[in-house]
Amino acid sequence: MEAPEPGAGSSAVAELADASRSGDRRATARLLSLVERGGDPADEVASAAHAHVGGAHVVGITGAPGSGKSTITNSLTTLLAEAGRRPAVLAVDPSSPLTGGAILGDRVRMSGASEAGVFIRSMATRGHAGGLALAVPGAVRVLDAAGFDPVVVETVGVGQVEVDVTDAADTTVVVVAPGWGDAVQANKAGLLEVADLFVVNKADRPGATDARRDLDLMLDLSTVATRPGSGRPSITMTTATEGDGIGELAAAVAGHLDLLCQGGELDRRREKRRIAEVRAHLEHLLAGAADEALATEGLLPVQASESPMMAARRLARKLLG
Amino acid sequence: MVDTGLPIRVVLAKLGLDGHDRGLKVVARMLRDAGMEVVYLGLRQTTDNIVAAVEQEDADVVGISMHNAGHLTLGPLIVKALDEAGLAVPVVIGGIVPDADLPELEAAGVAAVLGPGASVEEVVSTVRSAAGRDGST
Amino acid sequence: MDDPRLTLSGIPLSPVYGEGPLPGEYPYTRGVHTDMYRSRLWTMRMFAGFGTATDTNGRFRELLRSGSTGLSTAFDMPTLMGRDSDHPWSLGEVGRAGVAVDTVEDMSDLFADVDLGGVSTSMTINGPAAILLAMYVVVAEQGGVDRDRLAGTLQNDILKEYQAQKEYIFPPRPSVRLVTDVIRFTAAEMPRWNPVSVSGYHIREAGSTAVQELAFTLANGFAYVEASVAAGLDVDAFAPRLSFFFNSHVDFFEEIGKFRAARRIWARWLRDRYGAVDERSLKLRFHTQTAGVSLTAQQPETNIARVAIQALAGVLGGTQSLHTDSHDEALALPSEAAARTALRTQQVIAHETGVTGVADPLGGSAYVEWMTDEVERRAEEIFAHLDEIGGGSILEGVHEGIQSGWFMGEIAESAYRFEREVNAGDRIVVGVNAFTEGNGGSGADLLRVGQETEDDQLARLAAVRSGRDSEAVAASLRRVVADATDPEVNLMPSLIEAVRARTTVGEIVEALEGVFGTYVETAVI
Repeated sequence: MEAPEPGAGSSAVAELADASRSGDRRATARLLSLVERGGDPADEVASAAHAHVGGAHVVGITGAPGSGKSTITNSLTTLLAEAGRRPAVLAVDPSSPLTGGAILGDRVRMSGASEAGVFIRSMATRGHAGGLALAVPGAVRVLDAAGFDPVVVETVGVGQVEVDVTDAADTTVVVVAPGWGDAVQANKAGLLEVADLFVVNKADRPGATDARRDLDLMLDLSTVATRPGSGRPSITMTTATEGDGIGELAAAVAGHLDLLCQGGELDRRREKRRIAEVRAHLEHLLAGAADEALATEGLLPVQASESPMMAARRLARKLLG
Repeated sequence: MVDTGLPIRVVLAKLGLDGHDRGLKVVARMLRDAGMEVVYLGLRQTTDNIVAAVEQEDADVVGISMHNAGHLTLGPLIVKALDEAGLAVPVVIGGIVPDADLPELEAAGVAAVLGPGASVEEVVSTVRSAAGRDGST
Repeated sequence: MDDPRLTLSGIPLSPVYGEGPLPGEYPYTRGVHTDMYRSRLWTMRMFAGFGTATDTNGRFRELLRSGSTGLSTAFDMPTLMGRDSDHPWSLGEVGRAGVAVDTVEDMSDLFADVDLGGVSTSMTINGPAAILLAMYVVVAEQGGVDRDRLAGTLQNDILKEYQAQKEYIFPPRPSVRLVTDVIRFTAAEMPRWNPVSVSGYHIREAGSTAVQELAFTLANGFAYVEASVAAGLDVDAFAPRLSFFFNSHVDFFEEIGKFRAARRIWARWLRDRYGAVDERSLKLRFHTQTAGVSLTAQQPETNIARVAIQALAGVLGGTQSLHTDSHDEALALPSEAAARTALRTQQVIAHETGVTGVADPLGGSAYVEWMTDEVERRAEEIFAHLDEIGGGSILEGVHEGIQSGWFMGEIAESAYRFEREVNAGDRIVVGVNAFTEGNGGSGADLLRVGQETEDDQLARLAAVRSGRDSEAVAASLRRVVADATDPEVNLMPSLIEAVRARTTVGEIVEALEGVFGTYVETAVI
């Protein structure tokens, strides 16, 4: 299957989409590349996928570096694949802000899953603020439409809250390792807000029970409301390298989906995701227009007789009509 | 193919049992610093693993590092495996390859060979050129 | 002194010059023997191995005829990784990077017409090292040589595999158990055998600095000391036979400082930290190999000069044994002619230059003494770090460093820094980024191992398999598994029995994997 040239028209994309839905992995991979490319091709892909989404449970996995997210993702998806599901993983790694390049090193930690037939795609952030690529929701859509379920989005953990993850996923899993408290003191509140489920990995290490107890205490003391429709997040202890606790994690993930479905929360979250995606694209478009406006001579004041705020308002009126 | 400005995606791996990955890691960094996206598979990959990665990652180029004189066997093997999977992705072999072996590798379909001591410029331009992103087709 | 040494011009030389602790005196900075090379030259031990056992046997006998004073065996990748020649992963690799050994029959052919009681043999193998030692013992036995007469070295340094060379099979802890089993076995039954060659060579080749090479190696040495003591041995019962293996790289004085610092650090730690009292436990003896990674494919004859200088650094640093690389090794295993030139390089140093007439000739040089102190100081910083992350145990610190990828990260950083320096032209490599006139094609006269070798070996293996007693093989594997499951039991006796029954390397390794597991590294880029 040859790749359609950019702008070749929606029929080529439609062909790829058909092939992707019937299990052609190469086609799926090509669609993902078009999504990453952005612009018209990405829009065509989104349109082609639109009618076929909704079947995948989208699970976000995030956490601090070194907590073992990749190993957890590897063990979890392998288990699910062996149980007859069709998991896909989107592994997101940061691009270098200087060079725009990236070393995508998550796949190498998921050889077991790959061999079990899990579809794995490594994605670089390519400069999107917050650490999650602009293209992730589009990529999730492609995988969803292709029939993969669950679709796991594994994101960079930079010790901070990855708020974007909640925008992309139905269920958000936050992974910590013993000693987490020291690393993320400043961000405890943030972690609590986004997590639907907690995992304490490396549970065989000293400090694991302390880590669990600290989490429980945090949850007890938290004045921040837990995520609506979720209830108090459960905590699963795992030693991913040995496969311990992975079955329990899989059950917790499935259980969370049930919970979301019961109260209608799933639909509410998906609607919020759509809005968040629209917003992200809108911001992107507006940022582009702003850049253009600022670069256009004659639109900016020659002297500083206009305050920056006045200049901005004037340009916005011009842009938005 | 024209340089669309999008990052070139490269799968880097070692075939066979050899554990010398110093060169592979250095090349990964070189390519990243040149703006490419490197899917690093590392040591002891099978042709099946590499083919699956190339397919799912929609790679533009495959880079294989070889140090143990197995290139005349394993080089053609990976080219053939990619071919059989319907993936027309160029293979660049780097490492310890005597000049005398270049014609045989070329005949087997290997796109380019990088010898020991290749500079950053040579590595990057060879990969770019193999991916068809240097302005030539 | 009844051995007057004279310079080329007839000037008599004292055996040693300078003040302070002399060679042969604690802390042995200046050398482990009083007279050093006056009494005995270093062993000229040329690493060799390719093709089938018969091919390598030919090279061994050629090297012995040319004046080599010890044998050193290179095994192919499948053997190093514990797989038989007919394993799917062995395709294209049989006999290419070294000699293929699947059964004791291959080991027997490897040493055909070599008197194992009269020669000292080094075997460079790690994961399946215990199995290969078992084979060597059985072959010697078949030739009427008792095991307590066997002299040689087994590399058997598994810790550095996780850090650098990546030729591991099982996870770290059961692998360390195998190492201590060999140490215990040789301490009791093979008093002339060095059960471990704690190696820095590979760490350096992977890109570390000289200080990292020194510190990681000695730390691994301390780790084996702790592990063996924990296994019930008194430190003086085995430490005298721990040996070391260093790289000799191209920065001349840094290398010499490194070698001298190594001896001083080892002596101090063994005495003060590990309580050794036997002088032989405190004396660090080492083998040196010139830096493979410094060889260039461009203008390969230049490598002869590099190797000569690196070899000289090893000698001035007081090495006990030396391998010199061949000039064509940037591209292939050495050809016979190139290997001979490399050996001749050592012979020129030994017999023409006169440097052997004085022990530690650079001792007392302000620069060399300062360099020794400085390398030692920097190494101590690394030991302190490992001690800390290990909660007071270097063994635990090393395990932690392996698990967290710390060693790999340090090495990768150093490797990348070097690469950038060369690329920016800040560091000159002759023929590569400067003085490139004269660079031409390569490939003529290189050693080639063809497909016939693999076919040959597969036939040999099939023949052994069909000729052996399969009941005995199965029984021996059951015993290996039973012994492996009990950490208190020494595996060597069951391994010896297994190889005697013509069980293959791969079969034994698979049985052990069933008990120990298989190691999968977490890559650190």
